Amino acid sequence: MRLISLLAGAALAALATAASAAEFKPAVVFDMGGKFDKSFNEGVWAGVKQFMDETGVEVMEFEVTNETQREQAMRRMVSRGATIVLGVGFAQADAIDKVAADNPNVQFAIIDVSWLDRPNLRQYAFKEHEGSYLVGVAAAKKSATQKVGFVGGMDIPLIRKFACGYVQGAKEAIAGTEVLQNMTGTTPTAWNDPTKGAELAQSQIDRGADVIYHAAGGTGMGVIRAAADAGKLAIGVDSNQNGLAPGHVLTSMVKRVDVAAYETFKDAMAGSFTPGVRNLGLAENGVDWALDENNAGLITDEIKAAVEAARAGIVAGTIKVHNYEDTGSCPF
Amino acid sequence: MTPLPRWVELGLLPLANISLAFLVAGAVVALIGESPVEAMAVMLKGAFVYDGALGYTLYYTTNFMFTGLAVSVAFHAMLFNIGAEGEAAMGGLGAALVCIALDAVLPGLMVIPIAIAGAAAFGAAWAVVPGWLQARRGSHIVITTIMFNFIAAGVLVSLLSGPLMRAGQSSPQTRDFAEAARLPFLHDIARALGFPATATPLNLSFLIALLAAFGVWVLIWRTRWGYALRAVGHSEGAARYAGIPVPRMVVVAMAVSGALAGCMALNEILGAQGRLVLNFTSGYGFTGIAVALMGRNHPVGIFFAALLFGALYQGGAELDFEFQTITREMVVLIQGLIILFSGALALMFVPALARIFRARAQ
Repeated sequence: MRLISLLAGAALAALATAASAAEFKPAVVFDMGGKFDKSFNEGVWAGVKQFMDETGVEVMEFEVTNETQREQAMRRMVSRGATIVLGVGFAQADAIDKVAADNPNVQFAIIDVSWLDRPNLRQYAFKEHEGSYLVGVAAAKKSATQKVGFVGGMDIPLIRKFACGYVQGAKEAIAGTEVLQNMTGTTPTAWNDPTKGAELAQSQIDRGADVIYHAAGGTGMGVIRAAADAGKLAIGVDSNQNGLAPGHVLTSMVKRVDVAAYETFKDAMAGSFTPGVRNLGLAENGVDWALDENNAGLITDEIKAAVEAARAGIVAGTIKVHNYEDTGSCPF
Repeated sequence: MTPLPRWVELGLLPLANISLAFLVAGAVVALIGESPVEAMAVMLKGAFVYDGALGYTLYYTTNFMFTGLAVSVAFHAMLFNIGAEGEAAMGGLGAALVCIALDAVLPGLMVIPIAIAGAAAFGAAWAVVPGWLQARRGSHIVITTIMFNFIAAGVLVSLLSGPLMRAGQSSPQTRDFAEAARLPFLHDIARALGFPATATPLNLSFLIALLAAFGVWVLIWRTRWGYALRAVGHSEGAARYAGIPVPRMVVVAMAVSGALAGCMALNEILGAQGRLVLNFTSGYGFTGIAVALMGRNHPVGIFFAALLFGALYQGGAELDFEFQTITREMVVLIQGLIILFSGALALMFVPALARIFRARAQ
């Protein structure tokens, strides 16, 4: 008897899932880096995967390869019955703005955008400068040479924002800290050029840097490798990269795009989707520095105290971190 | 070896090459557990049959025609122009500067021709420098044009994340051009004439590309200049002996080539996007090399090669939609196979075909 009721219950549950799955159709459009870029897109993919594993709902997905496909892909998702479409990255902003305007009954969400305004669009923006400030403090405190490095991916305002927060953190932690900066390139290949990343890191090490922060997607793998090979330290970005070279990654500036993706689909599924801008900084746990067993030996109590003090200051508003995108320049 | 009949060389041979490429691609699709027949059907339907599919295919075709023609003109003078990517990027800058400066002042009908001239002029100027270095200083054009691609990308990045960037957002792009200063979409024209049409990025530049193809044919095969150009390509020494100013020919050939590559921006910037965006070239310049080689550097061949690649791009995207297992890397693999079999191994079947047709002739 118990077995039968159990089976019936399971069948009912399965039916219910099937029914809700028929109405609720999520979709995600990854950008040019591709969903396995070990960085930004892959962070979103982690959130999508978590959602799929937990709910059993399949998420339609597409990876764009050129400018025009962004809008095309979103329109195709809508015509295939998607009820919520998640866009990844600021480059999709114009496309999602148009498609959202044309399809008021479909819900949309986009990550790294904050300037649009549609009643059916949710936007996630991250205060990367705040997280970068924290790892800047850690880098300056850890450095024995008073020289730290930064390797960016493609030279765009977003990456200069990472750099600026990092420089401010390093200089305010220890006045006189020198920050060496390099961008990998000016084309999208700059996101996936570990060889060049390693070269840039090596040249910074040769010039005296002993902690190097990268915001360079796949290129950063080379930065971490080069730092580890030279016995120096790297700082990871986007996801927790402490484990990529344990003992050689001081910390990582994590940006919780996975949470944004997961939350978007979860809310849409539960019917609690709301439009508007979500600005995620340190206070909202949208960005943070990563502490785990891989870097526990590298972070001294003094560093930890300094970073936590900076974090508290930023959350409380006593420390103002400059946002490069507000002025288009970095005063540090 | 006796030459093959014309229809074999221009029809059967490319067909055999493409079929082989699709056979191998089909085997790979079967290997990852999908049905090759089904995949092929999705690809063909996705490129030509679905609502709006043909528009997207022809839109991609337009890009490949401009870059393919650009590469072919230089190739007739035996110059390998690997810089179509950078020349197209500069063409976009030229068109965008004109539109941004003038679209509020002049009516659209006047802005568009100036913008087209701007795109061609910027593209040409960008190609002339490597051309001049080759002609006067002997710097190899393959190296210089590749380097100029990176310089062009750098120029675009610094302008688009600086003075030309639209305020209030973080994407490196300019403001939108006035509607009147953009090339009209063909679906808008069709609707104005009373036909229903699905919205696609296909715009008037497709017709301009066809005109350009005709223009290239006239230029290369029906003018003295074209004759001189081909003479330089076939034998530089003989051309010089015949009194052809070879260095000047090299520079002008590169200018024409660069202007054609710059015109790719008509499709992307003046047409589909309506603003200058970073990376709009998306590798079309490099694929143009394959298109020109496949099209045997003849405008008709280039049109069909461009159409094939347009269909692959659009149909390939549909594959990515339909099958979760077929990712965009798979699509690139299929494109690569086609380039391999019809570009690098283009003459593989020639001995076999020659044997068949010689046997028949005897």
